[in-house]
Amino acid sequence: MSLESRVKEIIIDKLGVKPDQVTMEAQFDTDLGADSIDQYELIMGFEDAFGLRIDEDEATKLTTVGKVVEYLRDKDLEP
Amino acid sequence: MEKRVVITGTGAIGPVGKTASENWENAISGRSGIRRITLVDPEQFTSKIAGEVKNFDPLDYLDSKVSKRTDRYTQFAMVAAREAYDESGIENSIHPERLGVIIGSGIGGITTLEHEHKVALERGASRINPFFCPMMISNIAAGRVGIDVGAKGLNLSTVSACASSGHAIAIAVDMIKLGRVDAILAGGAEAPITLTGVGGFCQLKALSTRNDDPETASRPFDRDRDGFVISEGGAVIMLEEREHAEKRGANIIAEVLGSGMTCDAFHITAPAENGEGSARAIKLAIRDAGIKPEDVDYVNAHGTSTILNDINETKAIKTALGFEKAMKTPVSSTKSVTGHMLGAASAVEAIFTAFALRDGILPPTATLQNPDEGCDLDYVPGKARKADIMYALSNSLGFGGQNVTIALKKYSGK
Repeated sequence: MSLESRVKEIIIDKLGVKPDQVTMEAQFDTDLGADSIDQYELIMGFEDAFGLRIDEDEATKLTTVGKVVEYLRDKDLEP
Repeated sequence: MEKRVVITGTGAIGPVGKTASENWENAISGRSGIRRITLVDPEQFTSKIAGEVKNFDPLDYLDSKVSKRTDRYTQFAMVAAREAYDESGIENSIHPERLGVIIGSGIGGITTLEHEHKVALERGASRINPFFCPMMISNIAAGRVGIDVGAKGLNLSTVSACASSGHAIAIAVDMIKLGRVDAILAGGAEAPITLTGVGGFCQLKALSTRNDDPETASRPFDRDRDGFVISEGGAVIMLEEREHAEKRGANIIAEVLGSGMTCDAFHITAPAENGEGSARAIKLAIRDAGIKPEDVDYVNAHGTSTILNDINETKAIKTALGFEKAMKTPVSSTKSVTGHMLGAASAVEAIFTAFALRDGILPPTATLQNPDEGCDLDYVPGKARKADIMYALSNSLGFGGQNVTIALKKYSGK
């Protein structure tokens, strides 16, 4: 499974959103209805799936699906 | 003139049904919901049987996000509350700020607590689910129901073990009489069938070990009873100020006249001698209802099937109604089929009592075969009975000696 599809899968699972809502541009708060606790749970989901720790400063910058994909790709991580 | 309070909606999900009417049909048919435990491996329990909600999938009722972020007990509360709310038809007839919610639970989100505790031990505190607290706390069912139906009036939870939802109803009735709000969704929910939930009650020696015959294991007032059977579920009623309900043409199921609440102040788990605390609760409920002991036509007993409860509750009923009146008053325990739904028990039993008044049918103590010595009331053994009744009581007695009796009346427009 590609990194991008795994990220999407986690978002769909945690936020209960439909696959077509999860575009690269989608904002977690305004487009996907995630409050701050939802977003923290998502970060934990990415950490578990990709075996890394994302510190709080970095996490606050990950506001869209695309930014998460880009961040994980830069770390050269595979699901 | 004092305000009066009626029931305009009912909802219940438990071992004998997923709606209030399905629960009622099985209660009067005497069909037990007790089976071998499946939710957790029962091998190490002394009691391997329980009343589980069969084939429950929260996604049949809730969206996936809410399902994931609610404990099983909250899900039961939401299912029952939604049924009661929809049935009441109140949606467009009440200002959201005039609708309240009081939903109790004996324990709260113990499934969630166990799961996240394991995560914390195995992987560290930083891996605890961020939703842990708002999933586990025992007031969140009421909070969730408030969100679901948009009820913006008073919202709280009662915690008094097996009397939790009885207290929810008692307090809700008083709140409506005081004019704090016009209607309240009141009830309780419990989901205790977990390793520590069942294991803990086993350690108290409180549960039946009749593992080879689950369907007759809960046998209130029987000489062979050997403890209660743990169950899960949710039950909620819509309580509404009577004029408010009548003006909008609501379907009124029964009237709740009042309640009596007492404490044994005696022992953490055992009832006071001769059911003294329970007797006072019954007397107070009769007085609050403005009736007399001789008016009571039926009592839905707490009737847990433990040695101590059943004998002491019998004594309490004799004390409160007077010996002669008690001996000719039908008293039954629907826990014979449902098992003990703990924080949801009183509310499901209040629903059964309301339906008994409405339909003129007394639900039986289905499993009672040989009444114990000293258990000598008319327990409606085995089969349901037709009886046109006007006034009924529902008893609930919780650990901590916390007692509540609710008084109900058939709705007749008078």
